[in-house]
Amino acid sequence: MNEIIKMSATTLAEKIKNKELSSVEVTKAFIKRAKETDPKIKAYISITEEYAINQAEESDKKIASGAETGELEGVPIAIKDNILIENIKMTASSKILENYTAPYDATVIEKLKKAGAVFIGKTNLDEFAMGSSTENSAFFTTKNPWNTEHIPGGSSGGSASAVSAMTAPLALGTDTGGSIRQPASCCGIVGLKPTYGRVSRFGAVAFASSLDQIGPMSKTVEDSALLLNVIAGFDKKDSTSINVPVPDYLETIKQDIKGLKIGLPKEYFIDGLDSDVKKSIEKAIEIYKKAGAEFVEISLPLTDYAVAVYYIICCSEASANLARYDGVRYGFRAECDNLLDEYQKSRGHGFGPEVKRRIMLGTYALSAGYYDAYYGKAQKVRTLIKQDFENAFKKVDLILTPSAPTPAFKIGEKSSDPLQMYLSDIFTISCNLAAVPGMSIPCGFSEKGIPIGMQLLASNFDEQTMFKAAYSYQQATEWHKQFPNI
Amino acid sequence: MKNKYEVVIGLEVHSQIKTETKVFCNCSTDFHSQPNTNICPVCTGQPGVLPVLNKKAVELLVKTALALDCSINKKSVFARKQYFYPDLPKNYQISQYELPFAEHGKLNISADGKIKSIGITRIHLEEDAGKLLHEIGSRQLDCSLADYNRTGIPLMEIVSEPDMRSPQEAAAYLTALKNLIEYIETSDCNMEEGKFRCDANISIRPVGQKEFGTKAELKNMNSISGVEEALEYEVQRQIETVENGGKIIQETRTWDPNEKITKSMRSKENAHDYRYFPDPDLVPVNLDDVFIENIKLTIPELPEKRKERLIQEYGLPEYDANVIISDKALVNFYEDALNNTAKDAENIPKLIANWLTTELLGKLNNAKLTIKESPVKAEYLGQLVSFISKGTISGKIAKTVFEEMFNTNKDPETIIKEKGLVQISDENEIIKICQEAADESPKAVAEYKSGKERALGAIVGLVMKKSKGKANPQMVNKILADLLK
Repeated sequence: MNEIIKMSATTLAEKIKNKELSSVEVTKAFIKRAKETDPKIKAYISITEEYAINQAEESDKKIASGAETGELEGVPIAIKDNILIENIKMTASSKILENYTAPYDATVIEKLKKAGAVFIGKTNLDEFAMGSSTENSAFFTTKNPWNTEHIPGGSSGGSASAVSAMTAPLALGTDTGGSIRQPASCCGIVGLKPTYGRVSRFGAVAFASSLDQIGPMSKTVEDSALLLNVIAGFDKKDSTSINVPVPDYLETIKQDIKGLKIGLPKEYFIDGLDSDVKKSIEKAIEIYKKAGAEFVEISLPLTDYAVAVYYIICCSEASANLARYDGVRYGFRAECDNLLDEYQKSRGHGFGPEVKRRIMLGTYALSAGYYDAYYGKAQKVRTLIKQDFENAFKKVDLILTPSAPTPAFKIGEKSSDPLQMYLSDIFTISCNLAAVPGMSIPCGFSEKGIPIGMQLLASNFDEQTMFKAAYSYQQATEWHKQFPNI
Repeated sequence: MKNKYEVVIGLEVHSQIKTETKVFCNCSTDFHSQPNTNICPVCTGQPGVLPVLNKKAVELLVKTALALDCSINKKSVFARKQYFYPDLPKNYQISQYELPFAEHGKLNISADGKIKSIGITRIHLEEDAGKLLHEIGSRQLDCSLADYNRTGIPLMEIVSEPDMRSPQEAAAYLTALKNLIEYIETSDCNMEEGKFRCDANISIRPVGQKEFGTKAELKNMNSISGVEEALEYEVQRQIETVENGGKIIQETRTWDPNEKITKSMRSKENAHDYRYFPDPDLVPVNLDDVFIENIKLTIPELPEKRKERLIQEYGLPEYDANVIISDKALVNFYEDALNNTAKDAENIPKLIANWLTTELLGKLNNAKLTIKESPVKAEYLGQLVSFISKGTISGKIAKTVFEEMFNTNKDPETIIKEKGLVQISDENEIIKICQEAADESPKAVAEYKSGKERALGAIVGLVMKKSKGKANPQMVNKILADLLK
């Protein structure tokens, strides 16, 4: 196996900058790997080979000429296919956008271009990021590189799988209720959902606007910080992005964690928790204790309500956000006789069953006479959930939980039972409701060899503490140095 | 029959806010651009786009709200109003529901010679929709064309209380509102360009009943007179329905300006459920006192105040003042003219008002010009009136001069000089002409001397003829009377 594909983005960036490796050489290595493994994994909707090679050549020229280079100069990255890159197809894994070409760059893409990153391809997802397994993609299901009978998680399953299978050193995902962290956990990589407002949402297809965040996916914690350094920051094109200065996340990442207070919410350590997951988390706690962290049992009493609140809010917002896909101006348009027919057939055939389910749930929840009981009430409980976290972070610096209640399940296992599927997000959704940052880090394997992840949660805009703790853990463990045999 | 019922009317006005760019993106708001040239990913609802609020639109809305005596909400929130239509790219309109920018205002109107105060319920900000084209000229298309240039242009929706009691009051309210907005220049209010649109809610109830009757909402009126006509029709329709034992149903009706009737569009059962909810893409807007106070400073003298000033400062009759303040350009013209008159001249304000409202407006109307396009400059009208007041020219000559001013754009002084129209006020010269005229009219002189005072007219006529109309008429009368004693 080519050693390049095993290198971290941090290492690759250094070697490209020092001219030990050329960007073209690196990009070609990853594309070659993708061409070999993707028929089995199906992480990519499109591999943008020509685009990537052009970018790589540009980077090499820049470096050869001694011009100023970016933090990710020449380093390949895979982009979840619900983020727009100008002139490249963007499907959101939906039939309704199957032939849609992006007319502009998302803000994160602009920033990545400026940083010199090379876009290697667009990755698969659950249609419009609605799902936990990529089984809701209108095109195909992505496989877990550790065991192709298992799901890679979702909705950013393509990005997680791509990084895990070493077809890209970095990827971008989006996380509305765990869509970065849960697949990261499933595929044994690092996935970060930043604080709401930390990264611009401009150019990411909106699913639930008040919950969506774009975030980094990578093999190592250091790479995660490197990528967040590039994409974070206030954007005047996104009114919900927040104007808080962006620290250099790499600068503090290696700091000692002695005395760090970590909370263990009792509501997350429940009877139904998978025993392999439980064991891995317990071992992780021991490692942290050795590093000098202190553990405190805490309570997040409203945890039980999170799933209900989450599905009401995300479906309500989605029902409005997805109204624009009507075949009138762009996207799939069915043969039709009149306007109503056009809407019904284009949307009826253009959207998959899960998307339609959520649009209907959300439409119902916002209807006259139901608004107060559903959306209005859910918003109130959401405020209380936020307060739960605020109170918790008065006592502790971080919260540690499992990322998901079980390791990645088998493809098809839950696809007929939406409620069971919704519960795979049970540990990740509160974080989106509370707007706080969260991160999944690999912390072991199940007996069957499927990766397990642990989740760290921090208070608003305290990604630094989270990185520090995650980095410390990764230094003490070898999980991130293991590669799937694919 | 009509006296048995009281009419209750409330109006919803949509006025395009005069900004250079759209309310949530940077596209131009120019009305005359080619279709689909003022568009971008944001206003065409592409995937992934986000709205960013144009602060200028908020400023102008708040300015309007303050001019309408509204209270400004310190915190306001945008909401999504959801319905599917091809002129609405996102299939929801960003509007406001709870917490609009302004509430609880009022506007005074003149009704039956009295001042009546009409309540303003709220003013909120929203984005306009695009335009659909179903025909080009008289050619019916077999498809519909969509133009998204208008999509995202800021609108202020001004909702009145149901305070109007007749179609005439409704028209008076619209006229006053349009005038006020034009004064403060927050909208062009051009109704032909759809920049000032009105929907009306109307119901009737037996005189003395407190509860409102069931209302109908009227749409598709394209002028103030159209609103008045549609309301007149609707009053009749509702009264006849009730008198014939029928019931008014709550519905939306559309005005057909050709047939001059209203037609049912949709009933309450088929009314849209807009599923309003706060727009998660936009944060609540917080307006502080400094912001509001600074906007207050930009509000010019409003029509009502200005009218009072015209009456008090210049002694204008109320009628003249009303005509002059009905258009900001007109009152500006009036005061410009006034500022260009000689300080020592007499009765100038009323004279200018007369010349402006009868002579100039009459000529402009005939020539289909607005006051802003007047060939006669305000300062020239002021000068003309000064010449009359000082006796440089007579009123009669002034009309000739004015005619020339209108046709040539020249100032009155130049015209008077060029044409030698200066009034003869030199006593000796007038005596000379009068003597000549008397000598040539022995018959008239004899009649006058025998007591027929009317005979003097013929002699005066001859004097004016000899002087080519330039002799000062008052002096001629006096001198002739002296001569013929």
